[in-house]
Amino acid sequence: MKSAVIVFPGSNCDRDMAVALEKITGHKPLMVWHQDYDFDTVDFIALPGGFSYGDYLRCGAMSARSHIMKEVVKRANDGVPTFGVCNGFQILTETGVLPGALMRNAGLHFVCKDVELTVENNGTMFTSGYEAGSSITVPVAHHDGNYFADKETLDRIEGEGQVAFKYGENINGAQRQIAGVTNAKGNVLGMMPHPERMIEPALGGSDGRVLFESVMNSLG
Amino acid sequence: MTDVNDIKITPKIVKEHGLNEEEYARIVDAMGREPNYTELGIYSVMWSEHCSYKSSRFHLKKLPTKAPWVIQGPGENAGVIDIGDNQAAIFKMESHNHPSYIEPYQGAATGVGGILRDVFTMGARPVANMNALRFGEPDHPKTKHLVSGVVEGIGGYGNCVGVPTVGGETNFDPSYNGNILVNAMTVGLADQDKIFYCAAAGVGNPVVYVGSKTGRDGIHGATMASAEFTEDSEEKRPTVQVGDPFTEKLLIEACLELMATDAIIAIQDMGAAGLTSSSVEMASKGGVGFELNLDNVPQREANMTPYEMCLSESQERMLMVLKPGREAMAKAIFEKWELDFAVIGEITDTGKLTLTFGGEVVGDMPINSLVEDAPEYERPYELPANRKDVDVPAPTDLNQAVLDMVGGPHLCSRRWIWEQYDHMVMGDTIQRPGGDAAVVRVHGTEKALAISTDVTPRYCYAEPYEGGKQAVAETWRNITAVGAKPLAITNCLNFGNPERIDIMGQFVGCLDGMGDACRALDYPIVSGNVSLYNETNGSGILPTPAIGGVGVMADSEKMATIAFKGVDQTIVLIGETKNELGASLYQKQILGEDAGRPPLVNLDIERRNGDFVRALIENGQVSTCHDLSDGGLIAGLADMAIAGGVGVRVTVESDLPLHASLFSESQARYLVAADADTAEQIRMEAKDAGIPVAVLGTTSGDNITVNDGALDISLTALTEGYEGWLPNFMANAS
Repeated sequence: MKSAVIVFPGSNCDRDMAVALEKITGHKPLMVWHQDYDFDTVDFIALPGGFSYGDYLRCGAMSARSHIMKEVVKRANDGVPTFGVCNGFQILTETGVLPGALMRNAGLHFVCKDVELTVENNGTMFTSGYEAGSSITVPVAHHDGNYFADKETLDRIEGEGQVAFKYGENINGAQRQIAGVTNAKGNVLGMMPHPERMIEPALGGSDGRVLFESVMNSLG
Repeated sequence: MTDVNDIKITPKIVKEHGLNEEEYARIVDAMGREPNYTELGIYSVMWSEHCSYKSSRFHLKKLPTKAPWVIQGPGENAGVIDIGDNQAAIFKMESHNHPSYIEPYQGAATGVGGILRDVFTMGARPVANMNALRFGEPDHPKTKHLVSGVVEGIGGYGNCVGVPTVGGETNFDPSYNGNILVNAMTVGLADQDKIFYCAAAGVGNPVVYVGSKTGRDGIHGATMASAEFTEDSEEKRPTVQVGDPFTEKLLIEACLELMATDAIIAIQDMGAAGLTSSSVEMASKGGVGFELNLDNVPQREANMTPYEMCLSESQERMLMVLKPGREAMAKAIFEKWELDFAVIGEITDTGKLTLTFGGEVVGDMPINSLVEDAPEYERPYELPANRKDVDVPAPTDLNQAVLDMVGGPHLCSRRWIWEQYDHMVMGDTIQRPGGDAAVVRVHGTEKALAISTDVTPRYCYAEPYEGGKQAVAETWRNITAVGAKPLAITNCLNFGNPERIDIMGQFVGCLDGMGDACRALDYPIVSGNVSLYNETNGSGILPTPAIGGVGVMADSEKMATIAFKGVDQTIVLIGETKNELGASLYQKQILGEDAGRPPLVNLDIERRNGDFVRALIENGQVSTCHDLSDGGLIAGLADMAIAGGVGVRVTVESDLPLHASLFSESQARYLVAADADTAEQIRMEAKDAGIPVAVLGTTSGDNITVNDGALDISLTALTEGYEGWLPNFMANAS
């Protein structure tokens, strides 16, 4: 599986994502600086966490309007598996590829801790390795992870299985405790929790590993 | 706008710059003429307590700074130690006390930014942030606001730059009501052949400015940090710098990218006193002169004067000397990261700092004089008399005393704080906050660094010498308790006004104790910072020499943690418990008194017990370990039980009264847990080594039970108090 990690000024989980991808897939991912938007064809695109452009304006807003995101969106629409974590999720909602928006946490504080997630839909290429309805532990680290969408959208994405993960407890005020959503086609996933931080026992567990393995298996 | 140099220097202006008459006379003498306004400003910051260490230098010289594994001791931006495999750990701790009191968010944030720069300036990638925080009493009207702002500031900066904040300590005491302490520490990693220093060299080589533009913020921050606080300190808000962690992140990446080439001769961050102190330091270390053209300094605001440019403490800026001909390549890197890059001068052989602006020379000062002529004071001091032992009575209700302590401001969980810090980014945090020491893996290896910040100001106040020893010993013990070998320390020496004989006595006593402990434990000091004048309206803080220790473990899989691992683990106490309740937390919190001698640190025993415990962890006999400190044995048992979610049933056999056995803060003690056979083996080994050892009992049930119910508390109640105090306080206090 050939993957790319997109790096913006202020990305800071790019190395973590690259380490996880290399450990799990056995291949070093391509690190793509945002100005090098004409990058090689890959099987998987990752948008890592961090504070791209310092979170100025709104989290992910500036990156979403960058040249490289035009390219990423085009490839995502063409079906390339695309995965945004934390700031990557914020960027994907800002581009409109994923529904909803991420607002400031209801508690107004940054929150970094392990959380329980429920696997809402294990029918996606990202979640097929999990059991449906199972509970997994993955850390969060964000200030703006309070998922918001209007009722109609929430009903629709829940109805169509676009909600991949929900929080086991209300940690940030997210509507219906939504932690991660896919696009309608199911090839784009955005989530606030960081599965790339939970890939070995020394870091507290391996539940995040399964997500990457699922993608690998789906790509054959 | 060179008009400020037309201002006539009057005694009033000299005084406003924090210089006394005698110091001014020295300046005139060194220059052979009266300084102009810009030059006076530069002298005032270079000779400020903060930059010149004029009250502390004499005593700092006595501290041990050498060991075979020390690559760079004090005097550079940060200390450097050898951690094997051609790798080095680079670290330092620094204070940002006064700015954080005036403007907690920005003060704390820029404290983190400044210490990060000290470390990556030397070629290291920062891998861990720590802190040591002291606030006033919880009931003080400002405390909640300050806690909230400082924590948010530390998180706001560290989270954004993507360096994990992995631990620290937080205390509350009325002596900090008007003068909180915010000490930030950064640890970085570098290859030993890629370490960068600040000594400039090569006449004609370009002096390059990179990073953010210069604005009017932070002018005279260093001078502010060198004076006592008064009620109108609020007016000094404009002297507090404003941080931009996003720019810092770019600066880290750009500097490390340039450092991978061979273009840099010397590099220095612009910290306190900004452009002035960085250029003076680089020139002084290299024995050269600097000529700077201030017209070329990137400026954020219009019409800045040379005075303002020289004294601005705008953040996220660095100064470098490049090899000739490498400017274009270096510039391309900084442009990629969207940072300013400007050649602002060159190295000369004049030995002077020469500043030009608008075609005129606006400052011309001998570098030597700025650094070496700074006064050094051997201030008079008086150590307090050693205290007498006192009788410390038992509590009226033992259960309640333990609940109050574990569920109170001093021992409760700091989770509310560290959950606001990203402590996992970079993917190598293998021991998160809440244990004895934070542990981060050396990326891509089995090795790990253990880091701890500690000091017990109560002891330092009671007997400065013993307190100084204890602060060093406690970091050593905490690092040992996770299974690492302690290697070296950094420090942040926070004291009151050194012009007062008793405060200077605290300073000298603590330093003597620290020095003895460092020597006995082979644990040298490689970097540090002094913060004096921590007083408000004449009332000083408790003496607070915060120590940041760093150790290394070869096999991180052997690491120990404090949590009991299930039931039927046998609990073993290593080290001797004496009747040492003087200056203890029990005495202060439950009895409301502060009397008697603090616990005494016997450094030979400290080392013997610690080496024994570390070997147990390295051998794989023990993976559950906790050192004993504030609150004594019962606090240690409570921490381990709460973390493991399992109760304990123990019996304490001793000639001491029970409350003394439980609350005594005797040093050099550890609790370990293991299966029954291993525990017996440990007991025998300890006996053979002549180390006091006691098998206390086992993990079982849902209560903490001591001596068949002499103390009996439900773990649920204990945990509620432990986890609940801080969030409840932050939610409810006004």
